[in-house]
Amino acid sequence: MKTRSLLTDIGRSLLNALWFMILLFPLMVMKVNVTMGVAKVDFRWGNLPLVGIAAFVLSFVWKIALDWNERRGGKAQSNSGFGAAKARLSEYFAKPAIRKSSILALMAFAIAYPFLFGMYHTNVMITAFIYVILGLGLNIVVGLGGLLNLGYAAFFGVGAYTYGLMWKYVGPSFVSAGINTGWLFWISLPLAGIVATLFGVLLSLPVLRLRGDYLAIITLAFGEIFRMVMQNSSDITGGATGISLIPRPWFFNQKLPPIKAATYIYFIAFVLVIITIFVVRRIEDSKVGRALEAMREDEIACQAMGVNLVKNKLITFALGAFWAGMAGVLMAAQTTYINPDSFTLWESIIILMAVVIGGTGSIPGVIGGAILLKLLPEYFRALAQYRMLIYGIAMILVIIFKPDGLIPRRRKQYTFERKEAAK
Amino acid sequence: MALLELKDISTFYGNIQALKGISISVDEGEIVTLIGANGAGKTTTLMSICGITPIRGGAIFLNGKEISKMSPNKIVQMGVSQVPEGRRIFPQLTVSENLDMGAFLRSDKEGIKRDIEEVFSIFPRLAERRNQLGGTLSGGEQQMLAVSRALMANPHLLLLDEPSLGLAPLVVQNIFEVIQKINKERKTTVLLVEQNANMALKIANKGYVLQNGLIKMSDTAERLLENEEVRKAYLGL
Repeated sequence: MKTRSLLTDIGRSLLNALWFMILLFPLMVMKVNVTMGVAKVDFRWGNLPLVGIAAFVLSFVWKIALDWNERRGGKAQSNSGFGAAKARLSEYFAKPAIRKSSILALMAFAIAYPFLFGMYHTNVMITAFIYVILGLGLNIVVGLGGLLNLGYAAFFGVGAYTYGLMWKYVGPSFVSAGINTGWLFWISLPLAGIVATLFGVLLSLPVLRLRGDYLAIITLAFGEIFRMVMQNSSDITGGATGISLIPRPWFFNQKLPPIKAATYIYFIAFVLVIITIFVVRRIEDSKVGRALEAMREDEIACQAMGVNLVKNKLITFALGAFWAGMAGVLMAAQTTYINPDSFTLWESIIILMAVVIGGTGSIPGVIGGAILLKLLPEYFRALAQYRMLIYGIAMILVIIFKPDGLIPRRRKQYTFERKEAAK
Repeated sequence: MALLELKDISTFYGNIQALKGISISVDEGEIVTLIGANGAGKTTTLMSICGITPIRGGAIFLNGKEISKMSPNKIVQMGVSQVPEGRRIFPQLTVSENLDMGAFLRSDKEGIKRDIEEVFSIFPRLAERRNQLGGTLSGGEQQMLAVSRALMANPHLLLLDEPSLGLAPLVVQNIFEVIQKINKERKTTVLLVEQNANMALKIANKGYVLQNGLIKMSDTAERLLENEEVRKAYLGL
């Protein structure tokens, strides 16, 4: 039985290899050379076996991996040495003292980070933090509420543009009144959150009755509308050239040089991340969070339980948008320049990918996913042109082998003191 | 005065009229059953009471107060709780979380805890599985969970939509016994929609026979059980 399935695997892989050789023949083997106006076809036969071997090996490995994945599902994880080690590790981290101290160590490292590494790394980390906030915000909408939002970058943009427009229109009067412009950041931060929340409510109104693909299409359209409006109303927003020279936040009354400003923004971002984690956790454990999850599962049952669906959806979009708005201000302050191209569909998709790859609904997962997705491209700039390809492959692998994400959500276990009751 | 009074209600799905003027009255403490074939409008009647499919004509009164224009969450707040057709438990929530959702509108933590224990004593199987995801339960267990979840709202009026759907006869027996018990011990009024007319009429006080969106017959349960027409059409005797 076993050898037979291996043989069929090899046979199938051979067929695949043959198919790929035919498929890629015009691309990999044929080459048209135009010399002196005469086209001549070069046949690079040497490439053909390479394509065949590569396709065969990949196809075979893929089949084995799928097979392994299927068998893994049936058995308990702890059978292998790896599983046992993993179980022991998670048991180790479950101890409150160790858990607490490891979180403290992580926080200490995060605080020391900008002093240990240079400005470049600090800036990279700020971007990562911004994406963590975005990821956690989107996680409320997608992970808890189960509403697929493909226009999330628009809320990010709303935040950034709130700060940008504040600078453009309110800034001059600040300057003429002699108030330092560093305060603008602190006014814009909550304001952007509120404006983004309003936009979230605005978007949720037309989509109250929609779910699934229809919802995704509408949110996608919303994202594009926002971008196009920003791009085309050049009188107000500066159009495609955007808004530049946005001030970084000042440290009380002091303007900071770029290096120190980066460190300062880093800490602002860090504190915001902590606040976000705290609030999102509270939401998850609250009644509202439970209602959001129930809405994701079954809307009719939810109504039968007395959940107000309209209110629930408004809350979901508003909460999600709020964090994106704040993240937008951070982004504008960090780069000091915004234009509509920073808020494309691609941006929404990256944030969504961070959520899905990390683990939908899992806070550590989303944090990990966002950091991973932002740091890796920065440090592997050499592979920049393959970025989309790698993202795509990573996505496929995660969906097939770890459908719950890299750090899946762990359910809270209810424990009752049964013994006391039985006494 | 009746606890629940439906006066000549009609409900539409788009242009299709599902209920063509239905009047039902349910007295406090009764078990009333609604029987009928597929597509007769039984589920629609329940959904109309809950406000999930709003009515276009007629009126619904709960304790003498009109609830026809209220939103579903308001109606639940007034003590109407539903076990929807096909159970509709939350598959990705644990049994305990499902029960918590049932108590969504309540805020007395002690009372909720007490009721969870009570529900667990009615259905010990659920207690064993409290940390299991709802979707991993068997059909019978899911039905138990759906009934328990509705009970967690502490309803005056319990609406049950085909609790026997797709279950083994023994499990059905068990569920119906529990319904009777709830009715007696908690004084919960029950409106039971069933295709299994025989079982339903045996535990009910009163019955309505629905056909094509109209009430065809209504009488006490005993007399319906003996009625020649009902026996032929719905009891298969």
